[in-house]
Amino acid sequence: MGKIRVIAETGAGQHGVATATAAALLGMECEVFMGKEDTARQALNVFRMELLGAKVHAVTSGTQTLKDAVNETMKEWTNRIHDTHYVLGSVMGPHPFPAIVRDFQKIIGEEVKAQMLAKEGRLPDVLLACVGGGSNAMGLFYDFIEDKEVRLIGCEAAGKGVDTLENAATIANGSMGIFHGMKSYFCQDEYGQIAPVYSISAGLDYPGIGPEHANLHDIGRAEYVPVTDDEAVEAFEYLSRIEGIIPAIESAHAVAHAKKIAPALGKDKIMVINISGRGDKDVAAIARYRGVDIYE
Amino acid sequence: MNRIAGAFADKKAFIPFITAGDPNLEITEKLVPAMAEAGAALVEIGIPFSDPVAEGVVIQKADERTLKAGTTTDKIFASVKRIREKTEVPLAFTTYMNPIYTYGTERFLANCRECGIDALIVPDVPFEEKAELVPYCKQYGITLISMLASTSRERIRMIAKEAEGFLYCASSMGVNGACSENNTELKQILDVVKEEKQIPCAIGFGISTAEQAIEISEIADGVSAGSAIVKLLEEYGEFAVEPVRAFVASIVKAVAAV
Repeated sequence: MGKIRVIAETGAGQHGVATATAAALLGMECEVFMGKEDTARQALNVFRMELLGAKVHAVTSGTQTLKDAVNETMKEWTNRIHDTHYVLGSVMGPHPFPAIVRDFQKIIGEEVKAQMLAKEGRLPDVLLACVGGGSNAMGLFYDFIEDKEVRLIGCEAAGKGVDTLENAATIANGSMGIFHGMKSYFCQDEYGQIAPVYSISAGLDYPGIGPEHANLHDIGRAEYVPVTDDEAVEAFEYLSRIEGIIPAIESAHAVAHAKKIAPALGKDKIMVINISGRGDKDVAAIARYRGVDIYE
Repeated sequence: MNRIAGAFADKKAFIPFITAGDPNLEITEKLVPAMAEAGAALVEIGIPFSDPVAEGVVIQKADERTLKAGTTTDKIFASVKRIREKTEVPLAFTTYMNPIYTYGTERFLANCRECGIDALIVPDVPFEEKAELVPYCKQYGITLISMLASTSRERIRMIAKEAEGFLYCASSMGVNGACSENNTELKQILDVVKEEKQIPCAIGFGISTAEQAIEISEIADGVSAGSAIVKLLEEYGEFAVEPVRAFVASIVKAVAAV
């Protein structure tokens, strides 16, 4: 392709770290765009990216979060398309990005299926994953779409509640639009102005959802449910305490919904929760959420 | 008869851009006739969008200002209707797909016709997706303006072949307001266009001085300027009409001599 440089947007910083890692390995230049607010709440990942040789741009436009990071990365790409490739971080954006990202992520569901068949001799009953743009969820769901008996549940960020102005629950509150190169659901007003969304989780703090998720919702194949900050934080602490696994605050949204539905499922049922990221990056933010000021 | 053809009829065209409602719609209603009197061949009116990914920071800030002040698509339609009573200058709306789609694409274009808009410029709709707009543009007699960046010859030909009204070329790879001199490359692009179709070509993005406008109009049929004018709006606010009129007149005079 003749590209010597990669750029990426990042919310929580996981995709930025991954892109910076690959660029370091391949000897490519790497620049990552991240909302200024996210560089503060995910400071550990900013330092990781810089350690890996990437340049991190703190985006100060708009809400200074993931949506604005995507805007700035798109602008940068049009500025230097001749030598730069955009490594988009979710199953979103213009075609063929949603398909490219899905095809790389679908290994998650294929692994789940293979391991489940090997260990249990059957498919799981329920799959759960958090959804911002929706890459980890699409990765988990994709190989199961034809297995109609498997419930697919995507967990959206409801922030301070779906009835408040501070959430990022696109399926719950959004309407059809065309933005960031895709036709999908977006949180927006009646004039198509994109809403300033909110979530405690930088990775889910995005006003849209990948178009293939919109389709799974429309055809009734997958369910999308809202999970609040409070529920996610509680699940973050619960999984850490009970299992010794500190999940990313994004993934904790899926854990929270699993906790909600588990009591009604029956003991013979099998649920799979995708822990899409590790929670080290979130420890300081969760401490602050609980009113503990730790020196990060 | 479409007003667009007249814009390029006998001279190099100057196309100023303003964001609707910056600083307010009353000023917009004064600015457009003033720019027309100063010799603008066509006026681009930007419908603000929360996320204007094809704009530089100057116009992005203008969009934020005017949305915060309560400007909406409906108010802009009403305003343009009043503008149309004062001037016959060709008018183009520049906006993004989401405000059009969410408003209802057909309703949007019907309103464009109703209020006297001649053309529509939508930078985030690529050639491959223009069927979202073309049927409604045709139905309501609005010219959909195609855009070009420096890209492969095949792509330039493909876009030029189906272009209508005039063709908009980015003067440097990239978004509005970030200028770089690439005139040799531009000339090559325009040569490819003209081989394919005899259509006026306007060059925009990043032009702020009479010298730049002269340089560009030596190779193109028209020149546009956005950020330079929006900067005046930011600086002078409600007192921007005369400074903008003077700026437009100076560019018109400069390119008329080419």
